[in-house]
Order: sequence, then structure tokens, then C-alpha cells
Amino acid sequence: MKYILSILVENKPGVLSRVTGLISRRGFNIDSLTVAPTEDVTMSRMTIIVNADEVAYEQLTKQLHKLVSVYKISDLTEEDAIERELVLFKVVAPPDRRHEIIEIANIFRANIVDVGKNSLTVEATGTASKLDAMEDLFRSYGIRQLTRTGKIAMSRGARDA
Amino acid sequence: MTDSKQTAQAPIAGSPRTPDMSDDIRQHVCASAMRPQDGAGDGTTREERLALKELAISGKPFGPGSHTDKEGKEMTGAAAIIASLEAEGVDTVFGYPGGQAIKLYDALYDSTKIHHILARHEQAAVHEADGYARATGKVGVVFVTSGPGATNTVTGIATAYMDSVPLVVISGQVTRGVIGTDAFQEADIVGITMPVVKHSYLLQSNDDLTRTFREAFYIASTGRPGPVLIDIPSDLAGEQMVFHYPDQVDIPSYRPTYRGNAKQVKQAVELIRSSKRPVIIAGGGCVTSHACNEVVELAEKMQIPVVTTLIGKAAVPCSNPLNLGPVGMHGSKYANMAMTECDLIIAVGARFSDRVTGKLSEFAPHAKVIHIDIDPAEIGKVRDPQVPIVGDARNVVAAINERLDRVGATPQDEEWVKTVFEWRERWPFYTEDFVDYPDRIAPEQVLEALSTKLDPHASVVTTEVGQHQMWAHQHIHREESRTFISSGGLGTMGFGFPAAIGAKIGRPGAQVVCIAGDGSLQMNIQEMATAIGNGVAVKVLLIDNNALGMVHQWQRLFYHERYSCTEFTANPDFVKLAEAYGWDAERINHPDQIDGALDRMLASDRPYLLDVIIPTAQTVYPMVAPGAAIDDIIGAIDVTLGGVRVTEKGMSPAGETAGTVAEPLPLNEQTEGAFRTSGATRVSDAMTGAEQRPAAADAALDAQAPKGGE
Repeated sequence: MKYILSILVENKPGVLSRVTGLISRRGFNIDSLTVAPTEDVTMSRMTIIVNADEVAYEQLTKQLHKLVSVYKISDLTEEDAIERELVLFKVVAPPDRRHEIIEIANIFRANIVDVGKNSLTVEATGTASKLDAMEDLFRSYGIRQLTRTGKIAMSRGARDA
Repeated sequence: MTDSKQTAQAPIAGSPRTPDMSDDIRQHVCASAMRPQDGAGDGTTREERLALKELAISGKPFGPGSHTDKEGKEMTGAAAIIASLEAEGVDTVFGYPGGQAIKLYDALYDSTKIHHILARHEQAAVHEADGYARATGKVGVVFVTSGPGATNTVTGIATAYMDSVPLVVISGQVTRGVIGTDAFQEADIVGITMPVVKHSYLLQSNDDLTRTFREAFYIASTGRPGPVLIDIPSDLAGEQMVFHYPDQVDIPSYRPTYRGNAKQVKQAVELIRSSKRPVIIAGGGCVTSHACNEVVELAEKMQIPVVTTLIGKAAVPCSNPLNLGPVGMHGSKYANMAMTECDLIIAVGARFSDRVTGKLSEFAPHAKVIHIDIDPAEIGKVRDPQVPIVGDARNVVAAINERLDRVGATPQDEEWVKTVFEWRERWPFYTEDFVDYPDRIAPEQVLEALSTKLDPHASVVTTEVGQHQMWAHQHIHREESRTFISSGGLGTMGFGFPAAIGAKIGRPGAQVVCIAGDGSLQMNIQEMATAIGNGVAVKVLLIDNNALGMVHQWQRLFYHERYSCTEFTANPDFVKLAEAYGWDAERINHPDQIDGALDRMLASDRPYLLDVIIPTAQTVYPMVAPGAAIDDIIGAIDVTLGGVRVTEKGMSPAGETAGTVAEPLPLNEQTEGAFRTSGATRVSDAMTGAEQRPAAADAALDAQAPKGGE
């Protein structure tokens, strides 16, 4: 199954490589990964999605805990966590079809962030399934380029995870 | 180097702890008590080592810390590195200079406190520091230069990582301005070593220098110990700074657990109380945490047989009748039978290595497991325990003992130990009258003889990797932890000889013997110069079969005698070679020569090589085929059948066998050390039935084949 890990690490050069190196050498493939500094600039938070069975996943988190650069690991998989992803679509949009694309974007509460002669760039955030649905719709117009950030996640309520 | 004021603790003399101690063991113990001490006291008594461990955990420096005359002074980064090592109480460094380490070596020139051992290869320098650390319990320190100097350390670092040995490796790096430009002798050593270090640093500023050193020593020596690398760009080594050494360390993301959870300790005690056939597996964690006395106490209190891993050898004295010794692929039949039949495993600082468990699905099938380890990742990695306890082995076992006393626990079944002892009588490793090849030296004979001539408390034995390593594991008696040093996890050929040099430097009063094979020794034979140059009177007992014996043995047993690239055709004359390095040396090839030659070697106060010629066909038995269950044993001696080697799974009633009785291989008289492959009775066919189980063996061979080994 897919696991969502939220990992608090030292914000130092090489830490990303320590974490990803460990995951790959223990035989896991990373589905998605985001990393950026937190409210405390000496720390970064990584949100990593990996595919693993339960036993292997437990071993992986134990190994990650052993890294001196890792402060804390939270498992947001089973929780009712808030998950978001951001995507940029560059959609093929000849002038006569622009309005259709803008309409779709509006339905999904997405923003048009750039307009070209024959394209529109749409920015959207949301859950993975919402973004997948948008992608399906835009495919019929033609997608020139697509960039997704990968998931970030946070637990609900006051809990710090 | 440390001074030698301490004397080693007295041998336990001829006072066996239990009346049913077997005669040969008693004789062994008495013999050791009568011999004069080797005089090994090197500040390494148990109390001192324990104090060292407590100091490490407290986060305080191992040396004077900020209380040196260098505190507050302005100096270069290189001088601050030396001052940091002095603040950590380091007196010995192993290394090899080079362009990007030259400032460091220049600063070292002024140090009156640090003694540098110039190795002849960076890999060997790391193994020497490793041997030093394993023999003394201190942190081993290494200096190397950038690029090839740094990359040469990788095998040494990986060896230390696999066996949890505390090292601090300091590598020079190209200047910060040219990092990433493929500068001369540039290598990303932090990146290259990432999978095999406990932690590493690329120093970015001298502001972090002293804190980095304190952290490195702290991380290397606490929790589950391991190697730490500090990579230092050479421009920082030349830059001025003010030296302040921290007396404390604070790493919020690194907090090892030392105390076992009380609830789990309680559960463990309940399991121990209710078990009828318990076995303790004593691993390297017993040595690291100084849990040896506590483990012995537990074993004796509850009459629990103990098996030891390679790294855990000597964690329990070999004279203790409850110690069954080696288990696993080349473990004794009785130890492997005990594992298979037990109903409870108490694993103390052991990690269920595949060399111990054999076929996992048939390993200790009736047993519940209590797994004690300071590394949470080891628990449940291979075998799911009923009671996992994360903590320092000594603390946890002491807590278990205390609770056992409080509840007045007694052994459930006195018969269990008796049964195991009967197995030991029936399937000994070796018997005096068992001769594979008349007039040729059996390695078992040499090692038994060496063992009785060494003080089992105060001498240190190191091994290389291969057949001789397994024979040493089986036949060298040890009474104190840190007196048997071998590369377990990585199985590094070329480790044992430099490790012996390091051990001898750490414990100059001890007799230090490296048991080597002719393949392994040649992987770091240049260190003969290091030994002679530093006056290190280390002894090398070369078990010389003119082949890569372990792989040769596998080829015979499992690969239809196709000896691909394992027979040496161009070995040097080791005696002449040793003499060329300024060593004393001797060669023997007849059993009658063993006694005198060993006496001469051990009496020498100079580096000494004894080249012992053995038949190439000599095989390490007993053996469990890769992928087989550990009670499926090839070639155990069964005394109830008159002392023949027997191959069978499990056991048949005494005096009968359901398996195969093996004949020794005929020797080819024409070729020294080689053996005939056309004999009517071939051990390969008769003993293993390799053809009958190709699927199991072959699949496992692919996954588990050894690298080299001789």
C-alpha cells in the first residue's frame, strides 16, 4: 500500500540525499517527494509517499529514524490528514476554445496564470483525485506541459505532526 | 599509547563453576591458570571499559575537553583538529598523508600527545584503527588525504559499520572553491560512504570544527557504535580560528534508548520462567555494552545454554559449560540442535544474521523470541519477536536478572541442559584421534595447540576471512570479551592482519596473534612494514593451503569440483617474504613440528610469521549448506559411531545414523596440497547429496555466495 510519511529533518546540505539514498538502497521506490524549510528555518519537512508492504514499511521507518539528521517521522497514511498538491497545466488553447478551458478551470477553482497565443497555463491545488480529474478533461484539448509538486500533508487539529 | 600499570585480572583458575564441567574444558582452564600471564593490562579492565562507556553516554569528551593549554588560543584549522583530538584524549592515530592532508600532518608534527602509525595502505589504516577500537573499546581514529586516499578507506569503513565499531575517519578534501570541479584528487567521499557510515560531516566552516569533532566522537561511541567520517577541505585547515572545545554535546535528533521498557522486561521474565528449553544467543552487543557478566548470571541462574555469534565470541567465557560456542553455518551440531529444539530464544545484541539462522523458515521453529537490542531497526528485521526490548543489553539483562531474583524464578526443566551436554559429548568439533590425513597437519590440531598455549584472558586473536576464520572460531578458547577480533558482517579478507597490528598497539602488553589464510594475508601483506617500522611484535599464524579454501570448499561440495580460480599457482615464499620485511619466520608441514614452532613464535619479542602448510582438501566441518536448515548438518563427528563424520538432518539414536558416513578424501601425492578428484568415494557426492537438492542449494547460492574467503 501507499504510505505518506512526514519527516522533519535538519535543514543542511546532503540531508535529502541521506534520506532518499536510504530509501532506495533498502529497495523502495519513492512515488513522490516534497521538501522545504519549516517555520523553524534550521529544519525542513519532507513529505514522502512510498509503496511498501507493512513489514517493509516498518523496517524503513526504523532505518530512517537512525539517521542522525532525522528529528521526527509522522505517518499520515491512516489519518484523516489534510493532503494537497499543486499542479501547473500548459493547455493547448487556440483563441476560439479558450473560454471552454477557462470554464473548466473555474469549476475546479483553478487560476489562469498565463496566456499565450495558443495556450493557457492553469494553476490548481487540491487532492490528487481532483487534479487527476482536471488532467483527464484537459487531455482532450492537448496538454503541452504538466508539472505536479507531489503531495504535502498535515494532520488536522492542534496536533503537531 | 597507554601505559601498562594495570595487570590483567587473574584467570578463573581451576575452580569450575559447575560440577559437570567436561574434562577437556577443565584441563584447559587449569592449564591456563598455571601459565604465567601475558602481562596484558592496558587500561582495559572491565571497570575501566564500563567507565569509558558511561563517559561516552554522558556526552563529555573522552579527554580533558576545554581544559587544555590550547583552549582560547588562535590557531589554524589543522592545529585545531589536532587540539580537538587531544581534547578527546586520543593518543594514537592511524593514517597515510597526501596533498590535501599535508596541513594536518604539519600540525601533527608539533603534537607531543598523539602517536601516528604510518600504514602502507589507507584500507589497512582503517582496519588497524578498527582492531585498536575492538581490542580497547576506545574510538579508532584515522587520517587520510582526499581522492584515492579517501576512497581506499571505503572497505575499512564498511567493515566497521557492519560490525558496529566506533571510528572517526578524518579525510582531507580539496579546497572549498574547487569542490565539484573534478579537481586533482577530488572524490565525493561523503557521498561515496553515505551507505556505510553512522554519520558524516563535510566541514563548511571552522566555526563548526570543534563541535563537529565532539559530535563525531559522541555519535561513533554511543548507542549502536559505528564509523563517522569528517571531510575537511584543506583551505579550512589553513584558516585561522580561535580554539574552544565543547565539554558537552546536544543532538536533539540522536537519543539512543538505554533503559529497557519495564513492562517488556516483565513480559520477558514471564516467558523465561515458563520456558522449558531456552537458549541465549549472545552477539556483539554483549561485548559493546559489557553485558558479559549479566549474561553469564542469567544463564547460570536459569540454566540456559548460550550460543555465540562470531562477533559475540568471548562474550561468555569458553570455560563456562553453558557456553555452546559457535552456531550457524559452521557452528557445532550440538549448538545448532539446541537452536532447533529450543522453545525460547533470548537474543542479546544479536541480529539473526543469515549465517546464524540458515533457512529462516526452519530456524528454531518452536521458539518464542525475546529480542534485546539498542538498535530498534534490528528488532523484527529478520525474526518477529514475542517480546521486543530496545535498550542497552547490559541494563536490560541486569533488569531481567533482578526481576527473576525478585520472583524467585528457577529453571523449569533441568533435563534440557543435560540433553544439550549429551549432544556436546556425542558431536564434538574435533577429537584428538580423528585424523583426516596422516602425516599432514590438520588446522584443528594447530589451533587447539595455539589455544592451549595462549592466555585466554589476556591474549588477543584476530582472524582474516575464510576457512581458517571458522576453524579459529571453533577452536580458540577465549575467556574475556575483546580478545577475539574478526570481520563478521562484511567478511573482509585483508582485515585480520592490520587489525592485529591495531590491537597490539592498543594493548602492547598482550600477546596478539593473527590467524590468517594465504589468500587474505596477501590482501594487506604490505602492513608487514607497518609492524616492523613501529616495533609491533604481532604474530601471524598462516594456515596455508595454497588456495582460496572456503570458495574451493563450496566448489567441491556444491559446484561439482569445478575449481574456478581458487587454486593459487604463484604464491610467494611467505617465509622469505616475511624475512625481506625484517620479520622472523618459519615454515612447518608435519604434525610433529607444531609444538616447537608455536613455542618459538609465541616466545619471540619480534614480529613473527609461522607458515603452516595444510592440505588443500581440508574442509571446514561441520557445515550447513547455504539455504539449508541449521540442523541439516554436513560432516559432524559422531563419537557414538566411533568418531566418523556424519551427514544427516536432525539426529538418529546414538550409534545409528540415518545419514551418510563420509570417508576422508584421498590425497594426491604428486601435487603438494592439491587433492585427487577421481576417487571412488567423494565427499562431495557422498556427504551433501548436492545433486539431490540442487534447487534449494542453487537458489541460496545465488543469494548468499561468499566473496573470496580462503
